[in-house]
Amino acid sequence: MTDSFPAALTGPTSKERKYDRQLRLWAATGQQALEDSRVLLVNSDGPLGTSSTGVSGVVGVETLKNLVLPGIGGFTIVDPATVTASDLGVNFFLEQESLGKSRAEETCRLLRELNPDVQGYFYSKHITDLLHDPEFLPRHKLVIISGPTKRSSLGPLTQQAQRLGIPVLYIHSVGFYSTFSLQLDAEFPIVETHPDPEAMQDLRLLNPWPELVAAAAALGDLTNMDDHRHGHVPYILLLLHFLEQWKHAHGGSVPSNYKEKTEFREFVRSNARTDNAEGGEENFDEAVAAVLKTIAPFSLRSSIREIFGMRQCKHLTPQSADFWVIAAAISAFYTTHGVLPLPGSLPDMKAQSSDYVTLQNIYKSKARQDVEEVTATVHQLESQLGRSPPRILEREIEVFCKNAAHIKVVHGRAIPHISSDSDQDTLKEIRSQLGIPDSLISVFIATQVLDAVVDEIQSSGQQGAHLSVDNDGLWISHTERILALLTRDAPVPLSEAVREGIDDAIQELRRAEGGELHNISSLTGGLVAQEALKVLTRQYVPLDNTCVFDGARSRSEMYRL
Amino acid sequence: MDTVNVGEQSRWRHLYKVLSKPGPYCDEDWVPGSETINTLESSKILVIGAGGLGCEILKNLALSGFKDIHVIDMDTIDISNLNRQFLFRQADIGKPKAEVAAAFVEKRVKGVKITPFVGKIQDKDEDYYMQFKIIVCGLDSIEARRWINSTLIGMVDPEDPESLKPLIDGGTEGTEESISCERKSTESDDQIGFKGQARVILPTLSSCIECQLDMHAPRPAVPLCTIATIPRQPQHCIEWAHQIAWQDKRKDDTFDSDDMEHISWVYHAALERAQQFHIHGVTFQMTQGVVKNIIPAIASTNAVIAASTTSEVMKIATGCNPYLENYMMYAGEEGVYTYTFEAEKKPDCPVCGNLARKMNVDPNMTLGDFIESLGERAEAQLKKPSLRTEEKTLYQRFPPQLEEHTRPNLRLRLRDLVEDGEEIAVSDPAYTIDFRYRLVFN
Repeated sequence: MTDSFPAALTGPTSKERKYDRQLRLWAATGQQALEDSRVLLVNSDGPLGTSSTGVSGVVGVETLKNLVLPGIGGFTIVDPATVTASDLGVNFFLEQESLGKSRAEETCRLLRELNPDVQGYFYSKHITDLLHDPEFLPRHKLVIISGPTKRSSLGPLTQQAQRLGIPVLYIHSVGFYSTFSLQLDAEFPIVETHPDPEAMQDLRLLNPWPELVAAAAALGDLTNMDDHRHGHVPYILLLLHFLEQWKHAHGGSVPSNYKEKTEFREFVRSNARTDNAEGGEENFDEAVAAVLKTIAPFSLRSSIREIFGMRQCKHLTPQSADFWVIAAAISAFYTTHGVLPLPGSLPDMKAQSSDYVTLQNIYKSKARQDVEEVTATVHQLESQLGRSPPRILEREIEVFCKNAAHIKVVHGRAIPHISSDSDQDTLKEIRSQLGIPDSLISVFIATQVLDAVVDEIQSSGQQGAHLSVDNDGLWISHTERILALLTRDAPVPLSEAVREGIDDAIQELRRAEGGELHNISSLTGGLVAQEALKVLTRQYVPLDNTCVFDGARSRSEMYRL
Repeated sequence: MDTVNVGEQSRWRHLYKVLSKPGPYCDEDWVPGSETINTLESSKILVIGAGGLGCEILKNLALSGFKDIHVIDMDTIDISNLNRQFLFRQADIGKPKAEVAAAFVEKRVKGVKITPFVGKIQDKDEDYYMQFKIIVCGLDSIEARRWINSTLIGMVDPEDPESLKPLIDGGTEGTEESISCERKSTESDDQIGFKGQARVILPTLSSCIECQLDMHAPRPAVPLCTIATIPRQPQHCIEWAHQIAWQDKRKDDTFDSDDMEHISWVYHAALERAQQFHIHGVTFQMTQGVVKNIIPAIASTNAVIAASTTSEVMKIATGCNPYLENYMMYAGEEGVYTYTFEAEKKPDCPVCGNLARKMNVDPNMTLGDFIESLGERAEAQLKKPSLRTEEKTLYQRFPPQLEEHTRPNLRLRLRDLVEDGEEIAVSDPAYTIDFRYRLVFN
């Protein structure tokens, strides 16, 4: 029996001890996904004009730090720059002795020290030189790019990643500002979204299954119970019991609107015994508190309905991902039963131990029964698709069923940019944001101007060698060009206030002349790593798709651009 | 310009640029340039805590140009710190966090001096705290925060602007929007790891830790009768093994949550009890989580919160941009969400206000039950309180003679001891000040 393992064997391994605090967030499955991942960091792509060897790339290195510590499988740093004195004042993963050496090599070496379980690789090259090798990019599960990067590098990299289905994070950290965007597949499904545990509960009080009905009926007449028993009836059974009484008095109908629910609540309350030392009963208090939330018919959330209606769910192919096969089986379950598979978890409540465990088992066995039905459908679908033997694991189906009401499909978009070939939806969203006072979209626009300025410097070769990222002429011409693109089809020109907001953002951004402040890069490295972890573990809900952080005024905003 | 200076100029190029140009959001009177840079470099900063937040804070301050940093922490390094406390390595396990962290950052960032103190914040007096310009907290204990908060407020001399020490506080251990009367699920831990907050406190001038105490309500404890007689959850079995079985069977051993043998014993005792009640789900990991009150923690959340605090330190020290007024909360489990707002300074704050805080009580409650409830009430959170009214002592824990003398009061009802609306003063050995509450009968 597994129960008789000696004590020494039941303790955690040293790896479990090292990762204890994070395993509580994403469990062994999330950890395995991390360990199976190699992350590519493209940390600079040539000088940003005079007196600069390129983007400092602190934000990229800080992001990697937050991924190496929890133990991703490995990382690759691509960075053609050499270490300069100004790197030492802002990058923690360089030291005095690194001066003049390859920045890719030095940051790789010092990051590897953080975790001996992580593999580190580096290339002191431009990313475009590496993309010629068709096997290079597919080694990675995620690409992180430190901007500003010229379009002739960014374009091919993000497009190749998109074709391969590799997510991309494109980051800027300049002075007190940072922005980052996440590029995901057109459909990025997540099963374990980790909603609020209260939202996970589905008690089915208005459509109980026979075993639950029987458990409530078995209570019999509450008035005959002694005080101890009366005070320990689990509130779920109390509610079911009083619902039956209500139905008798109301021609078989259940409380359906707010007024009826409050009446029902008072009815439950009036049945509590108050002639005791405590002046009330905790289980009745719990029942009363739960009425408004739990006395509601099952309703399918619109986001789940939308997933069931998607082409991928309705038309499976032999190439369909497991997610869609299980989703199709659950959609069929919903069609048959009008509900989703029962998640099976029960909140804690005042009750005798054995009564609680009995009730919990009623929920658990119903959940198990639902999983079995879905599993049968999944196997049937797989065999219709010609997959034999079926490859989808029961564990996967079980997790899916438990989370069925909260699954999510993110509709990924490309890295947004403002140019003449921009996606119209991106421009539309930016324009609508411009109408909102104090919107941080002005910061996004400012980083777009910076991208354009750097693009011009880097693309003009020898002629651009004298240009600086602080060149007023470049900033003015690109600001005007970008604003013209934004207002091209607009009925009215930008208001003075909006224009002032954009100019302020540009002025604040230009204080740093393209340079990074360590605090802001470290903070942004935390935010970006968080998104990377969510994408790699496929748990929690990632950014969709752009975040702007304003360190001057300590706030952030999200946009779907 | 000499060569050292040239070196410094190029090394701090990005930082100096930002500090040498006015921005659209900084004060009109702000003077960019060398004066501001000198102010930054000569500001002495204290960091409280060298753990998950503290490691990041030290690195961030050193790379923001601060040269004179002190750090306090009483803890030693444990293996479970290594997934985020990036200044520590396997070989450092068992060494004091403050010393290892200080030495690492000093070595990596040339020219910074970091002075560690291995001990408790309570070991230091006002003279010590007076030497700093700004104090940054990266703590996981509400008690330590309350102590430093009341100490700094007590130090403020209205005649001396230097006596006002801004307190920048970061936290990742989870907050509740307000105390909820409903039972919290035992599984909500997986959301905490992606949450945190940063706040700026100007002692006596803005909302303080104590004003905001009810935003950080403790988790309600499981009632003892549930643990003792009607367990339903695996956690109830673990609490039983930890609180009751250990006392019963091993009362001569002091329970040590870092001792694997002790945890293992509790795990097995819990497992046995769970089997007896047919309860599933007791695991070693859960046992450790319950007895050590473990909160999930990852490097990325720490990075976000720590950098939020140090970014505010830099803004306050230099004036190069407006500082946070006064609270930013972060939640990262669904996209990136922050909420920045101004928490209110409360006139009835027991620490920085001058009115007693109103507390609704049941007049029929005994004094003993009331005292116990103070530990869990969001607005009090006092574990070992002694109480008195203006006229009489209600309950005094120390000295023993007085305790004995006031003990009979514990069984009396509140209505027999105080008037409706009467003010009481509560002291607690964890804090230097008295808390004033006005008891209003329900």
